[in-house]
Amino acid sequence: MDDWLKSELQRAGVFVTTLEWVYNQSRRSSVWPLQFGLACCAIEMIATAAARYDLARFGAEVFRPTPRQADLMIVAGTVTKKMAPQVVRIYNQMPEPKYVIAMGACAISGGPFKQGYNVLKGIDRFIPVDVHIPGCPPRPEALLNALMFLQRKIDRQTLGAAQPLRWYDPMDRAEFPVPACGAHDLVPTHTRAIWKPEASPRPLT
Amino acid sequence: MLDLGGANAADGEILDAPLYGPRSYRVFGDDALAKHFLEISMGPHHPSTHGVFRMDVVLDGETVVRLKPVFGYLHRNHEKLAETMSWLAAIPYTDRLDYFCSMTNNWAYVLAVEKLAGIAVPERAEYIRVIVGELTRLVNHICLAGFLLADLGALGTPLLYAFREREKILDIFEEISGARMMCNYMRFGGVRVDLSPEALQKIHRIAERFPFFLDEFEALVSRNEILLSRCQGVGVLPRHLAVNAGVTGPMLRASGVDYDLRKVDRYGIYDRFEFRVPLGEHGDVYDRYMVRILEMRESVAILRQALAQIPEKGEIMNPQAKLRNLRPKPGEIYSRIESPKGELGFYLISDGGPCPYRYRVRPPSFINLTVLEDMCLGQKIADVIVIFGSVDIVLGEVDR
Repeated sequence: MDDWLKSELQRAGVFVTTLEWVYNQSRRSSVWPLQFGLACCAIEMIATAAARYDLARFGAEVFRPTPRQADLMIVAGTVTKKMAPQVVRIYNQMPEPKYVIAMGACAISGGPFKQGYNVLKGIDRFIPVDVHIPGCPPRPEALLNALMFLQRKIDRQTLGAAQPLRWYDPMDRAEFPVPACGAHDLVPTHTRAIWKPEASPRPLT
Repeated sequence: MLDLGGANAADGEILDAPLYGPRSYRVFGDDALAKHFLEISMGPHHPSTHGVFRMDVVLDGETVVRLKPVFGYLHRNHEKLAETMSWLAAIPYTDRLDYFCSMTNNWAYVLAVEKLAGIAVPERAEYIRVIVGELTRLVNHICLAGFLLADLGALGTPLLYAFREREKILDIFEEISGARMMCNYMRFGGVRVDLSPEALQKIHRIAERFPFFLDEFEALVSRNEILLSRCQGVGVLPRHLAVNAGVTGPMLRASGVDYDLRKVDRYGIYDRFEFRVPLGEHGDVYDRYMVRILEMRESVAILRQALAQIPEKGEIMNPQAKLRNLRPKPGEIYSRIESPKGELGFYLISDGGPCPYRYRVRPPSFINLTVLEDMCLGQKIADVIVIFGSVDIVLGEVDR
């Protein structure tokens, strides 16, 4: 439909848009996060939800205690090797469509505790992460920015057959394997479908 | 269903477990239903376990028969990491121990190293430490009150009020240290940045207004009937048990033991301030809540005195103090302070090298948590969350 006809119809009180727009608009306006804190970043996550920064302005204030009612998992804090299986299991319990924000240096890469024997070096080894927020801990504004980033990502979702949404694909694997604690490390150490280790360290120049 | 009854050896174990004192709760009745217990794993993902804490609870109907805490979901190798790096580089890691109270964690660590290496602290720096330490206490206690009330079912409102006050104090921390939560502010022999007159003015305003906020908060909740009926007489921690288990901080004082390291050790310059130590009478959840509210009022009193006494000008760092290449003489030290949660101690051994030979934290949260089962036995499952919330733990400090 061309713009002229659209504006004419709008003048008559008829709003014409695509189904995609409605679909994405309603989805982006109610991203319900999981009430799930791991470490220090969880406190900043609560501060973001509190009155001063007010996550409710973006439609994401309804923190759900159960993963079965949540759309967004904010991995807020250090994921240890003991906790990683539970995080993946919680992710698997969330219904599609689901999104993940890795909040803070620890969730991205292990952060200041990376050298530790018990710290997972990034949750993106096991679950697909949509937005990474650096910082230790990130400021509440950074979390708000990440949420807006995620909303823009949701805006780009298409319903057309050319690029079908992942969760409408019957062959899509909705669940990711839950790692187990092995003798030295988690088994497997990463999920191959979503994360590949770097081939070799970059040569020094 | 978990069957612990009948010929199972476990029944004697529950009845006679002589941990610290006799347990009066009788587990087994005559009817067949009593022999079946339900085992629930609460956590590590649970909306009110304050992080990643897990409790294996065995229930008889709704009554707790056994409670086993499971730790380690946030074990981040704090101690071993600190042993691999220089004395100075461990300061940012102490921020992340108890992430509500980074200032007091810094203080405990630098105080230990100062004692070990024999570094003096200028007077103005001592006052700044007291001021930021007491501000940290306000942050911690008010957030605890908010979380405790959220655990009680007052979802939202008290927590929003608490975080509103927290933000005002965090603004000051951000101004002086550059970070809201992880301040990394203190150094061996002083503090990093001086308090500007504007920052002091802001702290003045907080010291003026905070009691009014507390009045408002207390008028809203402290006499609330639901709060009273759910907190009074719940989770009683007897005085002898608290002392024997090594419980410290507001939890110990709520059980009626007058033990505050600011009075006992008088570390820093705490001998210059007049303040009272609030004590509880019954040792229940309500006392623990009330002791913290009263402690905040005393913290404001300390703040006012410190602001009146702080020297106008002066050094904030001991110029002789070495930071980068510190190598304390071989020796060991145990130093402790009254962190908002209790006795936070650091045990350090130096072998004369550039990094600590042994670095051990005595976390108040972890040791206060050891009496959780004793407080919860015989209580209802819904009260376990409240009792747990009143212990005031932070998992970063429990698991380290």
